[in-house]
Amino acid sequence: MGYLDGFKVTFKKLLEFPRLTKNYVKDEGGKRAKPARLHGRHVLNRYEDGMEKCIGCELCAGVCPAKCIYVRGADNPLDNPVSPGERYGFIYEINYLRCIHCDLCVEACPTEAITESKLFEFSFTNRADAIYTKAELVVDDDGLPQQLPWEDWSDLDLVAAATSAWVRATSPSGVADYEGKVAWSGELGFGVKPPEPAQEGDD
Amino acid sequence: MTSFASLTSQVFALDPLLIGEFGWAEVGIVVLKAVVTFAILLVSVMLMVWFERKLIADMQHRFGPNRAGPFGLLQTLADGTKLFFKEDLVPDRADRVVFALAPYLSLVPAFLTFAVVPIGGGFDGEKNGTVELFGKETYLQLADPPIGVLLILAMSSIAVYGIILAGWSSGSKYPLLGAVRASAQMVSYEAALGLSVVAVVLMAGSLSTHDIVLQQSGSGFDLFGDFGLPRWNLIATGVVPFVIFLISGTAEANRPPFDLVEAEQELVGGFNTEYSSIRFAFFYLAEFMNTVTLSAIIVTLFLGGPAGPTLAGPAWLWGIVWFVLKLFVFLFTFVWFRATLPRLRYDQLMNLGWKVLIPLSLAWLLLLGAINIGRDEDWNLYVVMGASFAVLIIGWAAIAGALRVGQARHADEEAADSGDTEGVLV
Repeated sequence: MGYLDGFKVTFKKLLEFPRLTKNYVKDEGGKRAKPARLHGRHVLNRYEDGMEKCIGCELCAGVCPAKCIYVRGADNPLDNPVSPGERYGFIYEINYLRCIHCDLCVEACPTEAITESKLFEFSFTNRADAIYTKAELVVDDDGLPQQLPWEDWSDLDLVAAATSAWVRATSPSGVADYEGKVAWSGELGFGVKPPEPAQEGDD
Repeated sequence: MTSFASLTSQVFALDPLLIGEFGWAEVGIVVLKAVVTFAILLVSVMLMVWFERKLIADMQHRFGPNRAGPFGLLQTLADGTKLFFKEDLVPDRADRVVFALAPYLSLVPAFLTFAVVPIGGGFDGEKNGTVELFGKETYLQLADPPIGVLLILAMSSIAVYGIILAGWSSGSKYPLLGAVRASAQMVSYEAALGLSVVAVVLMAGSLSTHDIVLQQSGSGFDLFGDFGLPRWNLIATGVVPFVIFLISGTAEANRPPFDLVEAEQELVGGFNTEYSSIRFAFFYLAEFMNTVTLSAIIVTLFLGGPAGPTLAGPAWLWGIVWFVLKLFVFLFTFVWFRATLPRLRYDQLMNLGWKVLIPLSLAWLLLLGAINIGRDEDWNLYVVMGASFAVLIIGWAAIAGALRVGQARHADEEAADSGDTEGVLV
């Protein structure tokens, strides 16, 4: 009976354990190991000497499809530069009511200043809270961004690791010669990250 | 007073409570029953929403709601509360009066239908389905009008107005499409629904839901000899009317796979697209209430409602237990339908309604009528059935032939039309 086979399928699934989906483990800290490339809230990284990586070029704001990033660059003060080079981002705001976590800002960034961490639990309750400013995004001296009241950081061992993000460009511009070679600068609190294992297969 | 009481008992209900003396105690009992019925229905809807979401999640290998309350039981309550506090939007182009009226038109019939469903009572033995309530004999149903089945059909027809008017008054195209679909679907399936109910009425000889249940109580279905089967109409009418009622009832309640009225993938939300806040909640409530009510009606008409053996303890309790158990089977079935069957295409819906269900229910009604008359007149059962089947097969052949001729003509016309346009284009 072709028509009734479907009923068998759904009934079988009813009795099949464990379920395909997994429970949200908020009670266990909600911090099951995340995929390496998960797109969570952003962080603005710093070099290992404490200099900010952001140079205020506004490429991230330009590429953002949701128009959620607002950046203004300014000249570095000569006596106390914020970033290496001429300019730095002196305003940096991300509106999380608009952000779609597409990671295009990260790809656009020439200095790996902005990356997307694996922190995804940030449910603010008003519009003002949705706008993360530079104060929240730039990492502190320990390499962690600012914790906000609505973010659960109870399990710091897991959270700290999740604040550093995977960055692309194992082989810049797709040049195979650079595959497996480190092509990025060190990150405050995390150092120079190891290269990705060389990709195999033809994908 | 007595004449008034007997008049009311004839017009409004056959409940023994309302026959004879009629005082404050009786009024109190009726009011209590009304309140309890209302409460039962609301709570059952809340549980039904939870049950449906949970079960369909299980069938799709997921968890379903599990955050609010134990096993997510309070999720419906949370959703309902949220809807209460949402902004109530009325589109600019809406017909405001009708727009406001429509949710009630779909909610009230859903409530009223449940009033005639017997939800308990001692049907085992000599008590005729009555229970003692505060020293008075009464039925465990809100009302038992002599035209109970007609009331059910009438209410299911009126509920369609809610959907049609909602879609029309929204002043928006997708709701309108949903409303048009609703009207066509209801017209198509109401006929089959009614004809399958007629089969039940034929067996019971009464339109009162209480009498229909009473006639199904006990065992002893004996058309081909007594096998100790229950006297359910499911068996007595030969399963076919039950299947037709199940299918066309699903269509009447707009449940999947017949939910073309609200088809999210095609019509956004169908008739309720423009509704928000509490008005949307009313539609949602009505929809799930219809599912519960439909299951209750199926149980009443075909599975003997609360009738069943008393195993231990008081008889009235077992009536409720049997009713809930039977109800549960159908609630499960409807969710199972939803989890399994893809939505019908519109022409498939129409074909199934007009070309399969209506002829089949008519034919089965003829067969049942012949058997009934044959039994009354003491004719040979097998001769009667053989003759009926022969007539039905001839009738079926005639219909199939007519359909085939119609289709062939249609195909010819289409071919001719397309030939013409091709000529013009070239």
